[in-house]
Amino acid sequence: MYPPRFDYVAPTSLEEALDALAEHGDEGKIIAGGQSLIPMLKLRFASPETLIDINRLPGMDGVSEEGGTLRFGALCRHNQLGAHPLMTSKYHVVAEAGTLIADPLVRNMGSLGGSLCHADPQADWGSVMIALKATIVCQKKGATREFGAAEFMEGIFTTKLADDEIVTEIRCDAANGGFGSSYLKMERKVGDFATCGTAIALTLKDGTIASAGVGLTAMGAKNLHAEDAEKVLVGQAPSAELFAEAAEAAVAIADVREDSRGTPEYKKNVLRTFMKRGLAKAALRAQA
Amino acid sequence: MSNTGIGKRVKRKEDRRFLTGKGRYTDDINLPRQAFAHFVRSPHACAKINGIDASEALSQDGVLGVYTGADWVADQLGGLPCGWLVKSKNGADQVEPPHLPLAPEVARHVGDPVAVVIARTKELAKEAASMVEVDYDDMPASGTLAKAITPDAPQVWPDASGNVSFDWEVGDEAAQQAAFAEADRIVEIEVTNNRVIPNAMEPRAAVASYDPNADSYTLYTTSQNPHLIRLLLSAFVMQIPEHKLQVIAPDVGGGFGSKIYPYSEEVVCTWTSKKVGVPVKWTADRSEAFMSDAHGRGHITKAQMAVKNDGTMLAFRVETYADLGAYLSTFATATPTYLYAPLLCGIYKMKAVYANVKGIFTHTVPVDAYRGAGRPEATYLVERMVDKVAGELGIDRIELRRKNMIQKDEFPYQTPLIFQFDTGDFEACLDTALEAIDFAGFEARRAEAASRGMLRGIGVSTYVEACGLAPSAAAGALGARAGLYESAIIRVHPTGSVTVFTGTHSHGQGHETAFAQIVAEKLGMEVDNITVEHGDTEKISFGMGSYGSRSLAVGGSAISKATDKVIEKGRKIAAHLLEASADDIDFEGGEYKVKGTDKVLPFGAVAFTAYVPHNYPHEELEPGLEESAFYDPANFTFPGGCHITEVEIDPETGVVKVVDVAAADDIGTVINPMIVDGQVHGGLVQGIGQALYEEAVYDDDGQLKSGTYMNYTMPRAADFPMFKVGFHVTACTHNPLGSKGVGEVGSIGVPPSVINAVLDALKPTGVTDISMPATAQKVWRAIQEAKAAQAAE
Amino acid sequence: MEVTITVNGRTHTKSVEPRMLLVHFLREELGLTGTHIGCDSSHCGACTVLVDGTPLKSCTYLAVMANGRSVETVEGLKQGGKLHVIQEEFKEQHGLQCGYCTPGMMLVGKALLEENPNPTDDEVRFAISGNICRCTGYMNIVKSIQAAGKRMQAESADAAE
Repeated sequence: MYPPRFDYVAPTSLEEALDALAEHGDEGKIIAGGQSLIPMLKLRFASPETLIDINRLPGMDGVSEEGGTLRFGALCRHNQLGAHPLMTSKYHVVAEAGTLIADPLVRNMGSLGGSLCHADPQADWGSVMIALKATIVCQKKGATREFGAAEFMEGIFTTKLADDEIVTEIRCDAANGGFGSSYLKMERKVGDFATCGTAIALTLKDGTIASAGVGLTAMGAKNLHAEDAEKVLVGQAPSAELFAEAAEAAVAIADVREDSRGTPEYKKNVLRTFMKRGLAKAALRAQA
Repeated sequence: MSNTGIGKRVKRKEDRRFLTGKGRYTDDINLPRQAFAHFVRSPHACAKINGIDASEALSQDGVLGVYTGADWVADQLGGLPCGWLVKSKNGADQVEPPHLPLAPEVARHVGDPVAVVIARTKELAKEAASMVEVDYDDMPASGTLAKAITPDAPQVWPDASGNVSFDWEVGDEAAQQAAFAEADRIVEIEVTNNRVIPNAMEPRAAVASYDPNADSYTLYTTSQNPHLIRLLLSAFVMQIPEHKLQVIAPDVGGGFGSKIYPYSEEVVCTWTSKKVGVPVKWTADRSEAFMSDAHGRGHITKAQMAVKNDGTMLAFRVETYADLGAYLSTFATATPTYLYAPLLCGIYKMKAVYANVKGIFTHTVPVDAYRGAGRPEATYLVERMVDKVAGELGIDRIELRRKNMIQKDEFPYQTPLIFQFDTGDFEACLDTALEAIDFAGFEARRAEAASRGMLRGIGVSTYVEACGLAPSAAAGALGARAGLYESAIIRVHPTGSVTVFTGTHSHGQGHETAFAQIVAEKLGMEVDNITVEHGDTEKISFGMGSYGSRSLAVGGSAISKATDKVIEKGRKIAAHLLEASADDIDFEGGEYKVKGTDKVLPFGAVAFTAYVPHNYPHEELEPGLEESAFYDPANFTFPGGCHITEVEIDPETGVVKVVDVAAADDIGTVINPMIVDGQVHGGLVQGIGQALYEEAVYDDDGQLKSGTYMNYTMPRAADFPMFKVGFHVTACTHNPLGSKGVGEVGSIGVPPSVINAVLDALKPTGVTDISMPATAQKVWRAIQEAKAAQAAE
Repeated sequence: MEVTITVNGRTHTKSVEPRMLLVHFLREELGLTGTHIGCDSSHCGACTVLVDGTPLKSCTYLAVMANGRSVETVEGLKQGGKLHVIQEEFKEQHGLQCGYCTPGMMLVGKALLEENPNPTDDEVRFAISGNICRCTGYMNIVKSIQAAGKRMQAESADAAE
């Protein structure tokens, strides 16, 4: 299986990459990890004139927590985040998603930014970044735009990113105390897309939920922001009853169709179950 | 004495080339000037071909030819044959439609090849194939077995009314009915055996070349049986005389049945290699494999068992519909008949068993033997039924099995259905497995799981199967169109080293080691002095290849017999050299010895003398030391055993996790314990895969919905615990090794134990039935339905 | 375009089409047929190689992306005529049958052991879950990788003494 013919450039600085984007416009396509793009090229679902390989851009794969901000370079690989000590100790939603995406080989190459830009509604990072209320930084030659994660993803495979832009960074407020999070995912087997995924981030203050972030995977045409569920949670003390109520609020926005992964009824059941479990897990971590 | 003989854990001789990346699989073979074939395949399950316009493809620079079914017909060549004739109960032959390598008039399944493009590069062949315009009339299709057996279902073949190829029966129906009349209870069950896709990791491939000077062909192909491919291509498909066709199956990356059969692609490569004048190569993409490799299983069955209230099993009545696909593949009709129904007694003593099997055409890729072939389907039905009987009678499922099983002192045991089992000890296998999995401690584990909100269950299955596919005369009487013996040549070289030629084929089973162990044991040497050759029709005597767990029991026996002949000839040479009578010569530990003396001659010295026969009994013997044997067994072999599986189910999501598996198998004499462990492990994973994950899903219209690894859920490493594998050996009584066969036991024995475990776990929820594969969504739905039913009561 | 790729320690400079997948570069341009192709949808892992030490699917990676990088294939495991410990343990523990998935399994195992020399059953199963084997039932592959880890630790302890 060969992809169609294309030209290839491999810029070695962000500036060069932005120049290349400006030059090629909508005929150019960025390749990051390539773990979604190359299979699509092989199936001839995509046929760009020029691939712009950003894997050689320096400093795009860093993670930092400084001055109250948590920053991810767009080229952070899934496995890198899954194993990152800061994630496994503090931002569990990131660590857990990072070890559940696709399979271990894909995770070695696939990138955070690439996955967000691909905007597959069954992909995981969008939900995580919604839950973290993250900001996605898009840069083009001479200009930068920023979007909230929920806003960035517009629909199936579509985002706010313009043809001449590149996602350089994803950032969110750093947690300080009382933070707990979780990512749960149902897949039929390793390497499958999600049947359902729930990304949850809670901050507890004085025994009540001060803030809540809930993102849903494979529950609609894009990663969903479960705002109603968040509203149910905020200001309340964690309890099984509260979590069940929040779960129903999440189920209410699920817009799913039957496929080989399950009936809508089944998928909504998994969502309900995972919401309850994920909230309990996040709350426990927040209290720890 | 050999340190690497029978029963030793000898490391595999073949491993080194695989470990270093030097295995030579068909796709690794490239011939000078080779071109590439790409097939144009039907996107429709049933479509009339009005015409094929290849002009654009032919105009491409580098395209050497485009050929269609019409070209095949014009060349007056034959079709891919079915290897077994099954007769309907009314005496009629099976309906056996023609299967041309390229469909000339009607495409009958998605993926049915209708044309081939031969081009200089693989990419060009593919691109040019997309330019071939086929004018189809899409017609209604019977895409599933369930649809094909409905009254007004679209017909796959005009001659096969109701899509029935055969309506076959076995067993004494009157005796079955009489036994039913005396029963206290008739227990009924309906089961499906899910259609699955073999998925050997190496996709099929072929490279064919034609030599105009010798007017002969060479075909490298991914086959489990190169001689069978040559025979069928010679006798039926292409009428190339066998001495003009060399078939080589080099290293083959797994088969599991799917690489037994001759396929369109290898035939077309051979055919076109002469037409285009350069070698032609084809390698399947996995997506092509999904729609062109023979699938396995695919049964719908209703059955009743007559029992006494004390648990005595009296008789069994079975009615099965078996999916054949659109064409009859080589063993397609034998698999759901003779390889299935005679095992419907299981390990139990029943007065009568009657089975009726209807072979049904569907608009799908052919269905044929897949690891176990008929025996998993039989075992699944029997063992599901036994658990159901236990439940209805309120008898412990283990006790019910003990009460009815054939006891070890009852062998040979004549079943009511054809087979006579020679040996076995089913109860010992049951006890071994029960102990291995700590069956007695299960309830504590169930309670512990319940405390975590999990449903834990344990399921038991016993089985007996039939291997070896033999004897030829018996198989012939049952409809086999081939002999089912095996060949071997033992070539002793002048310095005493040995080359073994076997007609079986190894595609992962380790024959190069295990077969060397047999010879090493007998000749008192080490396996390092022995090489095993297979897979090339020019090197090897006619052989039948590897399937049906036959290689050791039949092929190994041939090797054993040929080695005996070598020893006997050597005895005469030794007698001459030692100036004794041959009757006074013993052969032991690699030495010929005059009885009661210290006069000895090592085997190597005898071999040397055979080739340097200066002092030699020329009147009595020819020089040289090479013997052959064709071994045709006296009976099938009958491995048996017990598999137990423990599962945990998350009732809120339906996810089933296998937490423990114990297998206790009686495979007869073990040649290499390391290899047999591996064979069992692999079979268990395929069996559990069928029970929990895998299914070839077609929609009613014949579109394949599980045509990639995204939707066909192959079992992966993280899905399994470590297995507890044990053996209880009773030696086969009628072959020289005492071996029965191991390749298929895992995939035969384990599936019902998985489903019985799932149902055991779900007992508190009220669920009483679930079909394979027991996916999470299916289990969850069953729980919801049971809840709703209970609420309604 | 011209690429320079180091494969198993040897540097190759070749002109390739940008669309060429690394697996085709290895198999067709270099004749290294130990790297196998088992599917066309990036699911099976038969084509796994190490790029700068990281296991990747060479069917989902362009040859041009490997420009200037170091690739290790199964053919590079054996050093100086001696099998690598992971190769020896796959043989010892019967971690292979047909051999088709084996190169990928060994390379993933080698990379795992570099990070985690003493992995549990679950850790090995998790690490190899991107690689499909249809023959072995995985159990002996798990044991092979664990045994290789133990031996590598013992050998490095010996070397340290």
